Amino acid sequence: MKSAPFEYVRPQNLHDVCQLLSDSAIDSRVIAGGQTLVPLMAMRLARPERLVDITHVDELADIVETEDTIRIGACVRQRSAERSPVIHQHLPLLSKALPNVGHQQTRNRGTIGGSICNADPTAEIVLTAVTLGATLNLQSINGPRSVCVTDFLVDAMETSIADNECLVSIDFPKTRTKNSGCGFVEVNARASDYAIVAAAVSLTLDERHEKCTHISACIGGASSVPVMTAETQNSLLGSELTDQEIEAAVSHAARQLTPMDDVHASGMYRKRVAAELLARAIREARDDCRSDRHAH
Amino acid sequence: MRIELTVNGKRVAHDVEPRLSLVDFLRDELDLTGTHVGCEHGVCGACSVIVDGDAVRSCLMFAVQADGAEVTTIEGVGNGPGTLSALQDAFWETHALQCGYCTPGMIIAAESLLAQNDNPSDQDIREAIEGNLCRCTGYVQIVEAIALAARNIREARS
Ligand code: FES
Ligand code: FES
Repeated sequence: MKSAPFEYVRPQNLHDVCQLLSDSAIDSRVIAGGQTLVPLMAMRLARPERLVDITHVDELADIVETEDTIRIGACVRQRSAERSPVIHQHLPLLSKALPNVGHQQTRNRGTIGGSICNADPTAEIVLTAVTLGATLNLQSINGPRSVCVTDFLVDAMETSIADNECLVSIDFPKTRTKNSGCGFVEVNARASDYAIVAAAVSLTLDERHEKCTHISACIGGASSVPVMTAETQNSLLGSELTDQEIEAAVSHAARQLTPMDDVHASGMYRKRVAAELLARAIREARDDCRSDRHAH
Repeated sequence: MRIELTVNGKRVAHDVEPRLSLVDFLRDELDLTGTHVGCEHGVCGACSVIVDGDAVRSCLMFAVQADGAEVTTIEGVGNGPGTLSALQDAFWETHALQCGYCTPGMIIAAESLLAQNDNPSDQDIREAIEGNLCRCTGYVQIVEAIALAARNIREARS
């Protein structure tokens, strides 16, 4: 299993990256961590003529905090994000999701941006980005463009990124307040594998930590792209999030899903497990929020 | 393409084809055959090496991507030929290998764990080697070996 020959270039700035990608005479692919692309090339499922390595572009490597967002550069490794105090503080859901992504050897190379651009339906980072409503900032020779992750994801393994565009960064809205909590749960065949189904929840309670004032509850792996469970969310808004209320609310979510069968699990299994995982993630988020009460 | 990197403390410079994987570079160009190749597509962990302080799969990196990097392979973990690192010694002590195919990758994964955490729990150890397959041992003695090495290192220090 050896890759087909290709040309390798390592631009030092974003302008040169865009310039290289704008040349439509040659089939170029961007490489950052390469943890999906390299095995595809080894199996010859991908045969780009040229690899544009963006990891030497300094401006793509930073995690930047602004007033209400955390901006993660396209080349930030999953491991750096996992270890980042800023992410720990402001994006606790991402911190919870990351240990589930692959294993240390792949997280040490793989990037947050690469996972989103790869758009695997079961990828934990994609699920987190949808749950938190992330925005992708792209750049081409024609200028910058920003797109919300739900518009970016078109189908399984398919996004709206153009051949001449490069991901620059991802903006995640900050979520940590003293009244917020999050939960992340998944089932998989082995600890380091992709999830079969995963659920991610970010929610806010009122000042007294009784009623739910905002909830974003999302399921990955049970459809071609992660889905927001709108009915479940609506039925829980204003509720006290008792176990019974949660149980009733997640049954709406299962009805919304028409999951696929594959070698890992049947669609029926995915549907049943999705509802249960969602209930667990909501309870985890609720308890996370209430247990935080004295910590702030 | 010309690349220059440090492997086990030595500077090396080579001309390589872009499609040459890091593991093939280490094994075929540098004759460092201690790093094993199992699947060649990122599933088994046999090819793990340390790049700039972190364990990575060397079949999932092209040698050109390691230009300028500092690489440690299994040959570089002891204190020279004929000596064993604390981890290698513990693997021997607890019978943590049978055929030995996975062992270099296991030790590299464990080296990178112990560099960051000298008192890992069983859970920490299992997480550190979750990307490494072993078809022989059933993993239990590998986990014991890593715990033993951590203990020995701590004791040697105190
Ligand atoms: S040979 Fe690299 S992971 Fe199997
Ligand atoms: S000892 Fe044989 S594969 Fe692990």
